[in-house]
Amino acid sequence: MFRFILRRLLSGVVLLFLISTIAFSLLYVGGGDIARRILGQMATPETVVQKTEELGLNRPLYEQYFSWLTGAVQGDLGSSWFTGQLVTEGITSRLAVTLSLVIGAIILIAIIAVVLGVWAAIRGGWADKIVQAISILGFAIPGFLIALGLVTLFALNLKWFKPTGYTAFTDSPSGWAASVTLPIIALAIGGIAGVAQQVRGSVVDALRQDYVRTLRSRGLSFNRVVFKHVLRNAGGPALAVLAVQFVGLLGGAVIVEQIFAIPGLGQVSVQATTQGDIPMVMGLVVATAMIVVIVNLLIDLLQGWLNPKVRLS
Amino acid sequence: MIDLTPTVMAPALPRAARRSLFSRLLRNPVGLGTMIFLALLVLSAIFAPLLAPHDPNSSSIQDVLGGPSDGHPLGFDSSGRDVFSRLIFAGRFSLAGAALALVIALVIGVTGGLIAGYYGKWFDSVSSWLTGLLMALPGIVVLLAARSVLGPSMWLSMMIFGVLLSPAFFRLVYASVTAVRNELYVDAARVAGLGDSRIIGKHILTVVRAPVIIQSAMVLGIAIAIQAGLDFLGLGDQSIPTWGTMLNDGFRQIYKEPMLILWPSVVIALTCVALTLLANTMRDELERSGKAKRRRRPPLRPADVNKTAAVFHAEDLSSSGRTGEVLLDVRDLAIGYDQADGTVKTVVHDVSLIVRRGEVHGLIGESGSGKTQTAWSILRLLPEGGRVTGGAIFFEGKDLALASEKEMTKIRGKKIAYIPQEPMSNLDSAFTIGSQLVEPMRVCLGISKKEATQRALKLLARVGIPNPERTFAAYPHEVSGGMAQRVLIAGAVSCDPDLLIADEPTTALDVTVQAEVLDLLRELQRELNMGVVLVTHNFGVVADLCDRVSVMRDGRVIETGPVRAIFNEAKHPYTQSLLAAILEDGEARGDLDEGNSARAAAAALKNPSISDTIGAQS
Repeated sequence: MFRFILRRLLSGVVLLFLISTIAFSLLYVGGGDIARRILGQMATPETVVQKTEELGLNRPLYEQYFSWLTGAVQGDLGSSWFTGQLVTEGITSRLAVTLSLVIGAIILIAIIAVVLGVWAAIRGGWADKIVQAISILGFAIPGFLIALGLVTLFALNLKWFKPTGYTAFTDSPSGWAASVTLPIIALAIGGIAGVAQQVRGSVVDALRQDYVRTLRSRGLSFNRVVFKHVLRNAGGPALAVLAVQFVGLLGGAVIVEQIFAIPGLGQVSVQATTQGDIPMVMGLVVATAMIVVIVNLLIDLLQGWLNPKVRLS
Repeated sequence: MIDLTPTVMAPALPRAARRSLFSRLLRNPVGLGTMIFLALLVLSAIFAPLLAPHDPNSSSIQDVLGGPSDGHPLGFDSSGRDVFSRLIFAGRFSLAGAALALVIALVIGVTGGLIAGYYGKWFDSVSSWLTGLLMALPGIVVLLAARSVLGPSMWLSMMIFGVLLSPAFFRLVYASVTAVRNELYVDAARVAGLGDSRIIGKHILTVVRAPVIIQSAMVLGIAIAIQAGLDFLGLGDQSIPTWGTMLNDGFRQIYKEPMLILWPSVVIALTCVALTLLANTMRDELERSGKAKRRRRPPLRPADVNKTAAVFHAEDLSSSGRTGEVLLDVRDLAIGYDQADGTVKTVVHDVSLIVRRGEVHGLIGESGSGKTQTAWSILRLLPEGGRVTGGAIFFEGKDLALASEKEMTKIRGKKIAYIPQEPMSNLDSAFTIGSQLVEPMRVCLGISKKEATQRALKLLARVGIPNPERTFAAYPHEVSGGMAQRVLIAGAVSCDPDLLIADEPTTALDVTVQAEVLDLLRELQRELNMGVVLVTHNFGVVADLCDRVSVMRDGRVIETGPVRAIFNEAKHPYTQSLLAAILEDGEARGDLDEGNSARAAAAALKNPSISDTIGAQS
């Protein structure tokens, strides 16, 4: 088990390194005359040269990357070109908001998708058809359209929720719950569709396994076998899809945060992107990749716990 | 964001089936509807300058947010531009952008997949790393990063998105190509002197064409969605009308003019749903044609099933085990499976058999003769769609064919137990061997976990497992097949059953292990004085273990009687041919006439080369 974790950690670190290298070279090479962009058209050539030197952009790319990397390893991702704010600070202050949305959505997805998927697999017939139809619609309709629909219906027409804005959990737990409900639902619907489909498929597969018959032949009831053995075996593939969904949710959060005016990573990304704030964009790319690597590691551990055979591969 | 969950892996299809896919789609109402919608969409995009009543970019201050009027069916947007005209022109750019992403993804994914699949294995690890790299970031984050240096060009972001989508095609093509690469007809083409490019073009592209088309529909939908998302965020090129920029404008005016956001939303949603539905319908149609093809095969059943009447040999009172009370009395059992078209296909007809306490009753026949179906039906554990359609299964005076699931749960394990054929697949790999033994004992016998553990360890020792504690704590994949089968036997007898159903308990094992497991079964059967239904295709096992035997063929019992009678004076021609088949290969022919045929056959079957005679015949 220890070696299993070590191996996964190592491949995660390699992945992070690769992504940061590629992202850095693309961002810093493709940026053009960065100092000019920051200072604007009115700046004199002298100040532009001065700014370029100040940012270290006149040094060779590998040198710039090396100093960025040494900083990054020590937790220093530089500071924003436009506000001077530390990149790490800009990200960590917003991270909790986005993660609370994404994790909330993942939990919602897991619960509803398992219920729908198991129901479809065991009942079959019309139950199966309903879940399939929901899956196709949820997969096909872009998440932000669902979010827009939810805002229009529940916030603007029914006025059950405030359409925009975010309340911190520490300020008012109930206010927080009200402000994240619609965003989480909006994020979750697409994921529910995908995961329910997968749960249904893997439960159907697991039900056909020989050990189901053998366990039932020992006097265990069908429900007991389903909830203890079938679900655990079907959990592996479902978790894999959930991991993919998580990456998707991080992307979806960018748009959903914009719709609901929630001050998360999405807002920072859009702002940094429009300004061309490269250190911030770089920090966001690394932070996102790191979250993905950590989530994948957690999912791998869960897989290993669910099915010990996985630990061997 | 690049989540293609409903992965499309349509089976490789013969030419004829594929050629008619388009016409079959036209006959499918969903397929026809989505194709008409998409065709209209594309046509309206192409002929936008002719269809749109106004210039999409000409704005007039006095019409800002104006409602519908003559010549302006959908009103005006926040810059006073005609919404209807913009919607039509936006289709041009949105569809073209998505098409660009698709083309890039196709070019990279399909060529990459073809080359990697056709030429080599080294590509495998490289590509899986690249895919991992592309999957590690949400597509939109990559697009945002790219936009921060490249500026707001829709074409550039769609090209980058095309690259991000290419693994979807790469994996599909790679998998298909590696599957067909070593097919005989590809080899034949190579031998015939066709060049690699001809082979790829002629044989391999035809295989991947259908799945690639399906995947393309999915990818187009995703590209349209992500492009609309980018423009909606205000990161797109504001100078060209797209559905996304219209959404952006509508969202800003959502309080003043909520209808503005409705039109682009409806168009985007309908387009994405239409593309997904089309992909799903194509896949369904492909699968259906695959199935229809399979069903057309002639039935395997030979015509002469009932030419000879079933033979019943008289009771042999001197044989051992004939004295116990009747445990199981199966009468005229019929088993059927529900078919998709509503009919029931009967696979077992009029099977009758009696098992007394302490008696081993062999069920012998080729694969597909219905012996395993019969065994499962006694436990009422037939696969999905299967059920007892006639006759009765009397056990302790109760007809199990009519028992409820609840009653059966109480009988299984405690009264009737089961030993499966394949040891590994019959243990749940997610749980330790010990927990799979303890759980049923606690449920059936109502004993504590500690007691059950003690009992399980004793049982493991009893079935000949050298280190019970270690095996108890092990996972199924950590023990050998022979050990696993012993574990399953221990599990079967753990709740002291009266009747044991053993379904080819030694078939999956090595020959040396087979004999040991058979010995163990015989010992346990005597020790617990169980009745046993032993399903096998091996006359050696029958001779070794059974008191009575029923020969099955095509779902019927064709001959039944004491083992000695069957071996000595088989009446049914099929039984005779089975026995003859064994004896042709055997060495000990001489003993047969001495009336000790059972032992002789057993001796003959010690020779592994003939132990599967019947299996080989079928």
